[in-house]
Amino acid sequence: MLSFISFSRPTDSTYHQSTRHHPDVEGLMDVDDDDLTGSEPRLTCPGETITSSQAFMRGHGTYVDKEDVIASVAGTVERVNKLVTVRAIRTRYNPEVGDLVVGRITEVQPRRWKVDANSRQDAVLMLSSVNLPGGVQRRKLESDELQMRNFFEEGDLLVAEVQAFFSDGAMSLHTRSLKYGKLRNGQLVTVPPILVRRLKSHFISLPCGVDLILGLNGYIWVSKHMKDTDQGEEGFDAEAVYSNKNEDIDNATRAAISRVGNIIRVLADHFVPLTDSLLLEAYEWVIEQEGDAKYLLLGDAGDALVAAMSVRG
Amino acid sequence: MSSRIELLNAGLLRSDGRRPYELRTLSINFASQGTADGSVTFSHGLTEVRVAVLGPREAKAGSRRETLHDRATLNVEVQLAPFGVGERRRRGRGDKRLLELAATIKSTFEPVVQVHLYPRSTIDIFIHVLQLDGGLLPACINGSTLALATAGIPLFDFVCAIAGGVHGTQPLLDLTTVEENDIPSIVVGVMPRTGRVTLVQMETRLHMDRFEEVFRAACDAGKVLWSEMRDALRERTSDLVEALEAGPGAFAAKEVEEI
Repeated sequence: MLSFISFSRPTDSTYHQSTRHHPDVEGLMDVDDDDLTGSEPRLTCPGETITSSQAFMRGHGTYVDKEDVIASVAGTVERVNKLVTVRAIRTRYNPEVGDLVVGRITEVQPRRWKVDANSRQDAVLMLSSVNLPGGVQRRKLESDELQMRNFFEEGDLLVAEVQAFFSDGAMSLHTRSLKYGKLRNGQLVTVPPILVRRLKSHFISLPCGVDLILGLNGYIWVSKHMKDTDQGEEGFDAEAVYSNKNEDIDNATRAAISRVGNIIRVLADHFVPLTDSLLLEAYEWVIEQEGDAKYLLLGDAGDALVAAMSVRG
Repeated sequence: MSSRIELLNAGLLRSDGRRPYELRTLSINFASQGTADGSVTFSHGLTEVRVAVLGPREAKAGSRRETLHDRATLNVEVQLAPFGVGERRRRGRGDKRLLELAATIKSTFEPVVQVHLYPRSTIDIFIHVLQLDGGLLPACINGSTLALATAGIPLFDFVCAIAGGVHGTQPLLDLTTVEENDIPSIVVGVMPRTGRVTLVQMETRLHMDRFEEVFRAACDAGKVLWSEMRDALRERTSDLVEALEAGPGAFAAKEVEEI
């Protein structure tokens, strides 16, 4: 079966080189780039004047110098009534309360863990905000403080929710839900955080036997599908939740996991926002191509995937 | 004199065929480098540097004492590829000249990066010099500016740096190694929006009467560089925005009101 796809956008667009002119004539050739059409998002560079500070309030990504509101990052201008903000096109994760994040333990400290969550500082996971073995209602004891490494160790991956902020802007996480906790049976894929939008659910189950956790911080966990055990609060199984051992994963599942991982990597390279339906379509497309898991990373396969997805979308 | 290369001939052309105020070809490549938040490969003629910016992020365990409670710290590391320099020599991390270069870059960017927004974090700037043909400091600074901007780190303005020198009474801009070795030179870093100067470096003796002329020429050249760097950055931003919005299954493009 043959299928035709349109040409993809040139991928070497990251490369900038144009004809240089003598400084004397440079000014004459300058095109006035201020005439932007209304519907296009307005782009900024650091140090670019956006508007007057008399009529507008400055938001994130801007600063005020004398009478002007000036952009401090490269991105798009957004306006809500009198508030002008610039949203940077690529940046670290900016946490908000209630966000679902995937993180990695970097340090074990007294009564708390430090978690790398792709933010500007390491997040904090307090011992009091994790589920301890022996029931949700159980209070923490001295002995729990002494055996914190039994729950989470350095390098462990976990999924958690942003609970609050400290005064210096660091975020505090919690895993007090059966959905959250330690991660195993899969692999981590990192993408720019802007590509993960807020969805109805960030736990996605693909029909190919793969579970996805789309962390809003750009960390994505791709793992083997776990059976939904309808256990109530009482059925909290500490042994399973804090286990460091992977379950048996058959070869087909392993291939599916790496295929999904590679799809995400390719889409992220092309700066395509991720959604569950898109990932599903992409997976079907890859299966149609009958390549193995690494096929996507070779040659033009990635470009073809993105082009095919654009046509369908 | 006869054995030396003629830096400026009677027709006012320099050893590589440029005119006194002519800059070398600029090329800017925003291809991503590993896990870096912002990255750029920047070249002035034959001088080529790769800059990767990581952060703002938690300081590494070893340097955590140096973090400040009210702002981010900048950490600059410069590495010179042994094959990229005229004489092949291994330079370690402790090389005095590279440390000084890193310190200069750090102090250039401290007033430009809005560090107060990121308390207790560090911003790492890693610079790899791949080829060196004069103008090391300007290339590092211009590259770092763009890398910081692509990492989404708030800046008050660009910093555009350029080297200038004097041959006889004639000011020259954007010096190559041959010129740098022979004539007195300065490096000027300007913030183009306000015209403020964040860096003037002079390692050789330059006559007082000549300084102003070179300095002004370098400031003007900084603005020319700025227009190129800005265009490159804007092109990349628009590419990314386009990809984000045209992406399959994209959310309805948000209406942005024109101000």
